[in-house]
Amino acid sequence: MHFGHHRSVALKATVVLASAMSFTLGAAGANAQELTGTLKKIKETGEITIGYRDASVPFSYLDGDQKPVGYAFEICKKIAEAVKTNLKLSKLEVRLNPVTSATRIPLIANGTVDLECGSTTNNVDRQKQVSFTNTHFLTATRYVAKKSAKLDAIEDLKGKTVVSTSGTTNIRQINEANTARNLGLTILPAKDHAEAFLMVETGRAAAFVMDDVLLASLAASSKEPGTYAISSEALSKPEPYGIMLRKDDAPFKAVVDEATAKLYKSPEGKALYDTWFTKPIPPRGINLSLPMSEPMIKAFASPSDSADPAAY
Amino acid sequence: MFTDFDFGVVLSSLPYLFGTGMVFTLTLTALAASGGIILGTVIAMMRLSGIAALAIPAKIYVNFMRSLPLVLVIFWFYFLVPYIGQWMTGASRPISVGAFTSALVTFTLFEAAFFSEIMRAGIQAIPKGQTSAAQAIGLTYGQTMRTVILPQAFRNMLPLLLTQTIVLFQDTSLVYVISLTDFLGAASKVAQRDGRLVEMYLFAAAIYLVICITASTLVRRLQRRVAIIR
Amino acid sequence: MNYNWNWRVFFDPSPEGTGTYADMLLSGLSWTIATALCSWIIAFSLGSLIGVLRTLPSRGAQRIGTMYVELFRNIPLLVQMFLWFYVVPELLPGSWGTWLKQLPNASFYTAVICLGFFTASRVAEQVRTGIETLPRGQRMAGTAIGLTTWQTYRYVLLPNAYRVILPPLTSEFLNNLKNTSVALTIGLLELTARARSMQEFSSQVFESFTAATVIYLGISLIVVTLSSKLETRIAVPGSR
Repeated sequence: MHFGHHRSVALKATVVLASAMSFTLGAAGANAQELTGTLKKIKETGEITIGYRDASVPFSYLDGDQKPVGYAFEICKKIAEAVKTNLKLSKLEVRLNPVTSATRIPLIANGTVDLECGSTTNNVDRQKQVSFTNTHFLTATRYVAKKSAKLDAIEDLKGKTVVSTSGTTNIRQINEANTARNLGLTILPAKDHAEAFLMVETGRAAAFVMDDVLLASLAASSKEPGTYAISSEALSKPEPYGIMLRKDDAPFKAVVDEATAKLYKSPEGKALYDTWFTKPIPPRGINLSLPMSEPMIKAFASPSDSADPAAY
Repeated sequence: MFTDFDFGVVLSSLPYLFGTGMVFTLTLTALAASGGIILGTVIAMMRLSGIAALAIPAKIYVNFMRSLPLVLVIFWFYFLVPYIGQWMTGASRPISVGAFTSALVTFTLFEAAFFSEIMRAGIQAIPKGQTSAAQAIGLTYGQTMRTVILPQAFRNMLPLLLTQTIVLFQDTSLVYVISLTDFLGAASKVAQRDGRLVEMYLFAAAIYLVICITASTLVRRLQRRVAIIR
Repeated sequence: MNYNWNWRVFFDPSPEGTGTYADMLLSGLSWTIATALCSWIIAFSLGSLIGVLRTLPSRGAQRIGTMYVELFRNIPLLVQMFLWFYVVPELLPGSWGTWLKQLPNASFYTAVICLGFFTASRVAEQVRTGIETLPRGQRMAGTAIGLTTWQTYRYVLLPNAYRVILPPLTSEFLNNLKNTSVALTIGLLELTARARSMQEFSSQVFESFTAATVIYLGISLIVVTLSSKLETRIAVPGSR
């Protein structure tokens, strides 16, 4: 599959021009569908752009060939198919754009990315700038450290250097805990999860604060999985992950919500979950062995886009 | 300390490092340098035009860009380019641009400020008598610039323009901050995936060093030749 | 434009609980300034030394100077940052490496060292150019009145060379200050990093980056003004 990362400006300009022309023609024909927002854009350009992550295993990450794969990435492909069917397009080009925790929200807002497929926590603050579809996972904030360091409870971190990924809810939570509990932490923001984990691996930081599911997969796919331990104490309740889309775009959200709800309720949704959480995954064939939890089964049975952890 | 070095990691990732990473770096450098030199020349001519409405915005632009860290400019443009596209094309929504295009726009606009300073010096170094002579034989301003002044300014400034391009080549590594896969981005992705930082970063440093030293040696040789012609 | 502007966001408390977003940016600014000043001390002294080496009559000294400049100028700053942060500690004997990595504020020290060595190569080039543009007679006059090589540099060549290169040195100082932002990749919480965190926490992209932009412009303006004041103060009367 070829994706249009390296498109030249000239070509881009042609696309813009072509879409502008088709828009004019459509308007002149006066029989254009009453499409707005993202749907209109996808219809006109014949393209949908999916934002993927470097190292959100197993949600959205680069496999051995540096191609994006993952659970959330697969969900986005299904959504793209549903959009294509809905718009009655004969062909829909799926373009890919890398995002980081720090860039994902602005890139959704500025139109670079239409769907962000990764491990984005759905919360009320973020809903001021973006919108979320139905929850695809639930996870709590914990931290990973070397076993030998014996840092099982949050109090053990006192005075240490910890790392978290910039732009995440987790770095916010550890900052809040640092102040509230007077821990005297030095908190380093890392660009992505791989870089953050690396800081623990190389001894630059004592612990990496993140969603527990991501920590489990990072530790499992590291060089020496046995040397890491995830804290038993959590910094938050299990919070929902959702796929992001632009705010105030009800027609697009309706299509996406319908597609995800249909997928999650069907046996296909359960199968998709099992593929990524209970079976060996690329690139190294590790098995996360995380069968669906009770709240997850509920979240799939009655899909919801609520940001409230208590709703699950 | 060098005992557990594994340069096999480097060897097996060579196709990815060069096929994807270096191609990105070189394409970005070449396109941004060309765009930057053209735009830089326009800005330099605006500053030297003697027309305040052109000279002042050009001066502000150059000083503005030169006061900001490139990292900040990269963040700005990554988020801003779609809106700029919308404004320029008059479209009803932000224009979705790929990561490469966005980086290209960023580097072209940023480096144009630096190229324009070089071109300004180049144009100013041409004796005033030449402009007068050109006008005396009836050439218009455009003709004077195109056929008399700019060709000489380009030739005299070529070594400096190329040196700035080498700086640009090094600067492109900063797209790392927005997770694009240039040469360094590719190296760091492999480094993080395989936990082989030492090998990958040393290798990346060596490659940059070899390319830049070779390029600057060639520029110095060219400089000597240009100097002789003059 | 589908964006909720909120310029009052700077007065909202930041999630770190220690103050407002404005405080967060100011703390970033102080790290930027601290890093820029500390690394400039290294860059200026080491750069002067290397620049002088390149103008000495000794071939060996020239070669060392040239090698230093070529090495540090031809590797991208970001790569050098990674080498100091991730590679150097691994190449040191085990206990040293661990000590280095667990230093509090390790990214600050790393950034200072890295920028110091990097900028030194640029300062060296300016110092060399400065010394080479001085009339050759100055060196000879120094020798003629019986000064040693060290004294000639200390009392004749360097004071004049620094005056000549003050403007380019100012722009190297500013470059060094701007380059501190590259250290956000190794976790230094300087101004650009703080603007980015603010953008992430508050989701107000444009306000955050605008604030950082204005601060950088302000610093540039101050430095350029101070530098031209300095230039008139240290000018040798009648030298122009």
